[in-house]
Amino acid sequence: MSSSCCNSSSETALREGVRRVALVGNPNVGKSVLFNALTGAYVTVSNYPGTSVEVSRGNAILEGESWQVIDTPGMYSIHTITEEERVAREILLNETPDVVLHVLDARNLERMLAMTVQLIEAELPVILVVNIMDEAERMGLKIDLELLQERLGIPVIGAATARKRGLDEIRSAVAEYGQQKHVRRHFPYSRLLEHDINEIAGMMTGEYILSRRALAMLLLQQDEEIISILRHREGDGYAVLAEVARDISFKRRGSFHLNLSLERNEIAKELVMGVFVAPEKRVVTLSERLSNWSVKPLTGIPLLLIVLYFGLYKFVGEFGAGTVVDLLEKQIFVEIVNPWVTNLVKNAIPWEIVQELIVGEYGIITLGIRYAVGIILPIVATFFIFFSFLEDTGYFPRLALLVDRVFKYFGMSGRAVIPMVLGFGCDTMATMVTRTLETVRERVIATVLLALAIPCSAQLGVIIALLSKTPGALAVWGVFLLLIFIVVGLLAARLLPGEAPMFYMELPPMRLPQLSNVLTKTYTRMQWYFMEIMPLFVIASILLWLGKVTGFFEKAVEAMTPVMNSIGLPKEAAVAFIFGFFRRDYGAAGLYDLQTKGLMDARQLTVAAVTLTLFIPCVAQFLVMKKERGWKVAGGIGLFVSLLAFGSGYVLNKLLLVTGLLA
Amino acid sequence: MKMSDKAEEILEALWIAVEEKKLAALDPQDFSISLDDPAYAELTGRALVEIKQGLVYFRPEGRVEGRTTIRRHRLAERLMMDVLNIRGEAGDYKACEFEHLLNEGVDTKVCTMLNHPTTCPHGKPIPPGDCCDQARAEGDLGVVPLTEFKSGQEGEIAYIQTDDSKKMQKLMAMGVLPGNRIILLQAFPSYIFRVGYSEFAIDSNLAKEIFVRK
Repeated sequence: MSSSCCNSSSETALREGVRRVALVGNPNVGKSVLFNALTGAYVTVSNYPGTSVEVSRGNAILEGESWQVIDTPGMYSIHTITEEERVAREILLNETPDVVLHVLDARNLERMLAMTVQLIEAELPVILVVNIMDEAERMGLKIDLELLQERLGIPVIGAATARKRGLDEIRSAVAEYGQQKHVRRHFPYSRLLEHDINEIAGMMTGEYILSRRALAMLLLQQDEEIISILRHREGDGYAVLAEVARDISFKRRGSFHLNLSLERNEIAKELVMGVFVAPEKRVVTLSERLSNWSVKPLTGIPLLLIVLYFGLYKFVGEFGAGTVVDLLEKQIFVEIVNPWVTNLVKNAIPWEIVQELIVGEYGIITLGIRYAVGIILPIVATFFIFFSFLEDTGYFPRLALLVDRVFKYFGMSGRAVIPMVLGFGCDTMATMVTRTLETVRERVIATVLLALAIPCSAQLGVIIALLSKTPGALAVWGVFLLLIFIVVGLLAARLLPGEAPMFYMELPPMRLPQLSNVLTKTYTRMQWYFMEIMPLFVIASILLWLGKVTGFFEKAVEAMTPVMNSIGLPKEAAVAFIFGFFRRDYGAAGLYDLQTKGLMDARQLTVAAVTLTLFIPCVAQFLVMKKERGWKVAGGIGLFVSLLAFGSGYVLNKLLLVTGLLA
Repeated sequence: MKMSDKAEEILEALWIAVEEKKLAALDPQDFSISLDDPAYAELTGRALVEIKQGLVYFRPEGRVEGRTTIRRHRLAERLMMDVLNIRGEAGDYKACEFEHLLNEGVDTKVCTMLNHPTTCPHGKPIPPGDCCDQARAEGDLGVVPLTEFKSGQEGEIAYIQTDDSKKMQKLMAMGVLPGNRIILLQAFPSYIFRVGYSEFAIDSNLAKEIFVRK
């Protein structure tokens, strides 16, 4: 991730003439909404802290001039701790934005101003956007922006970007600010701290984007990235500088971070004195009440079940995978599109082999497009609508805290619930999101569990449709998967080295989602998904066709027959597994075909479904795993998952045979 | 005028003799400060004790003064051991020097910081001060980890105690800084607290490192 962002940064640095404005600020303060409003582009916006893990760039025309707008992941401080924060700071360190828009939440003005102070101290061209003014007003808060502007010495703009308030002011402030040179503003610290900062800053000789004063503080905080920059730029002088810094750090050990934070907090307190007026009595809103219900186990768990029942089972399962799939796949594809295209192709193209490629058993249209559009699309679309809606309500952080204790047994913090839930939609996307987890250990465990035991919505939809005809089969499948999830999770938590994760999470207010936002978000996710899967489906069709034409396919089925036999499946099931190598949902859809042909009984179907669910993640997911975790870990996980899948299939088959269940 | 150190020690010895050993008076012959020391004159001059037939007796005001003196001594012992981690003879010795600094309200602060201890490190009772009575009456817990709060309870953050500087910075970024108000909203399954206008959820490992006072 970092390498890709470095590349793009050097690219943009080369682009002369275009001015840049960077959006920075705490997570969940509305940076992405502002980005979208300024650029007219769309990046995913959500009511979930830390959703933007990557840097987005877009173009905007401000007062007739062309600007590049850069949206960064949330950061709490210039002194970075997490990967996302580092990514955000890279922008400030490596690119020279002409304007830095610091976006903060009006309700938490005092707390978030500490970072504004840091930015001003670093002598960056800052404009402060006090966002979410609408909710602040609803809570009865009064904020004197003019007074704040006077005290800070930088432009301060009140806004409610989600309601399109303050956008024009921001646009013209950016355009104007870009013209003039920004002023230096000095926030005095205590005498001792000033002395230390000045001593360090005075020793620097290099040229930097951040002020020496800011660098001195970061050096004293032992910020590794800053240390390496200083080492690089200061050359011979670095040794002495480092020596002095080490000395001071040692003298102040134990309390430097705290003292610095306290002093900044004090500065912020003075800045907001008379600026920020809170009402005598806290206004308790309806959303706060709902929030209370969602986090208490007694009401929270029933609420979760209701959400899952209506959202997943009713909406995604019954409506998406049932009604819509029936309509699209059976009514439209099988009855109208396929016969029509088949007819057309057969008339237009005389060669049987090419006919096969397009409309044959594994034809691009009759199989590839039919699966993608007829079966996968409705399921995934309904899931993403459900997920996006829930995301915007602010429910997920609450779910995370509810499950944290349980997840700790699996070596993950409650934070991991988001990739896990998202995995039920698309494991590939979810594997990407594991990035938001704090430790590498947590990420690896989450990646394994996603690859193994979390079926994606497409797969889930097909498998539910497949197994729901035989009573008990679905239960066996579900219980077995849950068991695998628990056992592997518990084992991973025991076996993987590293420390236990810690859990902390900001709870954003619960909001009623805006329909337009939910829909746009679903749309972008669908778009991403389709870009990802459509080519794979077509390629799979071509490869299968090639395999069939060359006879390789039959050989592969032959070769897999012993494996199939050992887990009690007919050799035709091998086809589904070969499909499954491309995508798990594709494979599941293959099983669906087998079942329609009546080739498998209940036991065989269940064993096949379990094995396939556990089996190798789809090619796309594997590629993402490789990208996020590297070849070694991804390969290891792939091997482990495959072995476990067939092993479990074997055991389950024997178990079902012996017990006579599902017979 | 401040009492001399020796006079304070005599008062302590007398208080122990009378209140704990249930004797009528202190016999200076059993004690390290002999009767010809000017400290005795100081005490009689202040009308705290009277000396009859070579024995030292309390006057009513002296009993009160003796009680607070012994309280300061034992608080000093606790401070040495609990906070400064100085034990054994060295601790006793330092406590003897330290106790004389604990007047004019400093004892109340130390007592509050130590969360109103009831016994000294040697197991002897510390006479409760006004602050202890008040704390008990108000159900004040003193400085405790956030995990000891009940949900709905509000307090002030006293300090953060952690060895992990990353954790410290995480907490500070959330606005968990000494002096800020904090409300615990819920304690199970995770701790939820509010600082300013933001709410956060943390696990018990983090919660037990935040120390709060009511």
